Amino acid sequence: MPKVVIAMSGGVDSSVAAALLKQQGYEVIGMMLRLWSEPGKEDSNRCCTPDSMAMARRVAAKLEIPFYAVDAKEIFRNTVVESFLQGYAQAETPNPCLVCNRHIRWEFLFNHAKAMGADFMATGHYVRLHHEGTCVQLLKGVDPTKDQSYVLHVLTQEKLKQALFPVGHYPKSEIRAMAERMGLAAAKRPDSQDLCFLAGDDYRNFLQRHAPHLNRPGDIMTRDGRVLGQHTGLANYTIGQRKGLNLASSVPLYVLEKRAAENILVVGPAQELGTQELLAHNVNWTSGTVPTAPFYAMIKSRYTARETPGWVTPLDGGNRVHVRFDLPQRDITPGQAAVFYQDDLVLGGGIITQAR
Amino acid sequence: MIYLDYAATTPLDSRVFDAMLPYFTENFGNPSSTHRYGQKAEAAVETARETIAGILNCRPDELIFTSCGSESDNLALRGVALARRKQSGANRILTARAEHHAVSKTAERLEKEDGFQVEWLPLDEFGRVTAQAVEQALSADTALVSVMYSNNEIGTINPICQIAEICRKYAVPLHTDAVQAAAYLPVDVEALGVDLLSLGAHKFYGPKGIGALYIRKGTPIQSILTGGGQEFGLRAGTHNVPLIVGLAEALRLAHVERPQRVAHLLPLRDAIIATVQETIPDVRLTGHPTERVPNHASFVFKGVDGNLLINLLDAAGFACSSGSACKTGNPQPSEVLTSLGLPREWALGSLRVTLGLGTTSEDVQAFLQTLPEVVEKARELSVPR
Repeated sequence: MPKVVIAMSGGVDSSVAAALLKQQGYEVIGMMLRLWSEPGKEDSNRCCTPDSMAMARRVAAKLEIPFYAVDAKEIFRNTVVESFLQGYAQAETPNPCLVCNRHIRWEFLFNHAKAMGADFMATGHYVRLHHEGTCVQLLKGVDPTKDQSYVLHVLTQEKLKQALFPVGHYPKSEIRAMAERMGLAAAKRPDSQDLCFLAGDDYRNFLQRHAPHLNRPGDIMTRDGRVLGQHTGLANYTIGQRKGLNLASSVPLYVLEKRAAENILVVGPAQELGTQELLAHNVNWTSGTVPTAPFYAMIKSRYTARETPGWVTPLDGGNRVHVRFDLPQRDITPGQAAVFYQDDLVLGGGIITQAR
Repeated sequence: MIYLDYAATTPLDSRVFDAMLPYFTENFGNPSSTHRYGQKAEAAVETARETIAGILNCRPDELIFTSCGSESDNLALRGVALARRKQSGANRILTARAEHHAVSKTAERLEKEDGFQVEWLPLDEFGRVTAQAVEQALSADTALVSVMYSNNEIGTINPICQIAEICRKYAVPLHTDAVQAAAYLPVDVEALGVDLLSLGAHKFYGPKGIGALYIRKGTPIQSILTGGGQEFGLRAGTHNVPLIVGLAEALRLAHVERPQRVAHLLPLRDAIIATVQETIPDVRLTGHPTERVPNHASFVFKGVDGNLLINLLDAAGFACSSGSACKTGNPQPSEVLTSLGLPREWALGSLRVTLGLGTTSEDVQAFLQTLPEVVEKARELSVPR
């Protein structure tokens, strides 16, 4: 019987994923990462039972599968939180979930699963896998409102060959109904939102505590160099933002650009908003084949953004790409990922370094 | 699965189970009732008390039934500290960081909320509290000394007789937590010279949820659980008759069968201690090499996450424990290991292997064959700290 480790969170998706794997005949082991939280915000009791972990334990007990917690506090702090802070230091808007999936879930936890003797690792992500010859394709989940392929574009063929995503074949509503039917306590838990380590706080407050030097005030300028006011630190703004600029202007102004070197926030009216090209690095070709020629694809440049068509040109042997959209995009943001699709198929993606 | 965590708990002996059974159903009376139902139940409780008193070499009315070892420790510390202060103004408690939390956390609470002053006794390299250390710390205003008989995490046996001699000289009550020790070491309170001794049944094949506290006649103590007048007014609450019967029967069997039990366990324990040190690099035995309970082997492995080690062992089919493990994946070096002066990179990688009556030499061989590769895996996975 193949052995699979399911990464559990206490939430409904990973709980049902565990149940489905069990039904499919796998030998299932539940594992949960103990992630970092801010000192003072974590329960300092060393045998504490945070709610979500208690929930995951109950699900594991109900399914009669073993359950292990894995300490990932230190590596999470050193990779995910560190790159989050570094991203803001470079005036980017980082996406820590990508870093977590690449380095924590699908590297650190994956290695633990292998050490447990697992043949596969599974998660409760809404994506699907399709075996095409020796290649494993990553496809969007069937529920368009829940598809999570954007964050999993970081997976290599090696990982995809050892991955299982049982919930991606169902709409979320059906997963919830299954959880109800199976009597899983997680059925009614709300979906998780926001970044786990912010613990519900605004990221700006978090930055204030952990990187106060980022709150360096500077000029707010128009493209033609007129100073309109002062910003409170570039990290507090994101491309396309309108609210909170505190500028007196007859037309609404938007954040167009963050110039890290000069500590300048560039703003302008809606018609100036928008860029049509981007450069991305750290590109992973999910399909395993590196394209050599430019290709036309649908591109998603933010987790919540709509896909839009454009030309993707591989650079540096595929490690970087240039993307030219058919139409200007409002909020291409360095630090976020650009992920390329062909219908439901994920081709690859990388981290945006520049928009222009 | 092979169970190697008998210090955490033991399975109920079927003979103990049989002795308990009638008191759940047909003999269900309340020992405090006057009628014959009550009389039958009372007889069971008092017979149990006499059985235990015989083994502890004390009077039956020096024994109080409690709900567990932790409650016994709480009653000993709180009850004696508060009564002693009232009687003589004594305000200091002497104990050690290596004590079970039932003692150390209770002492901390007495310090924080009741104004007592706690003095933490130093340990030698094996985790022992020496008589000299106690003598140096003792003074006229010491209300109570509490030193465990044997340590739950590292198995070390403390020189209780010598410590008792010192305490007697200064007329300060001595409490010992014998919860881990009672399964394999003699618990004759006269030979030990202690004034209070805690027991918990589930460590010696008895049921969970029942404990006892020996209190030498004349020891100042007050109740901490108030209500009815049960247990000589020292512990209110209806007697848990079947569990009391189970405690007595389990202790009786442990006492009668001790020589065979120890003879079975000692060679297995020593095989583990020797082989682990021979086959695995960067390992240290924790606790004393010989002055330790006969079913207990404990180690620290450098650069290993104890929590991970336990998980990997579980997945490989062996149930062990670690002083640094935590069910929620938040490992911290235990106070016992840090008070031995072990650096963090060693103290996080602790492993406790405790054997029992069900352990066979095949079990031990299988464990010893698996452990080296599991430690290796855990080392590969550990993040450089």
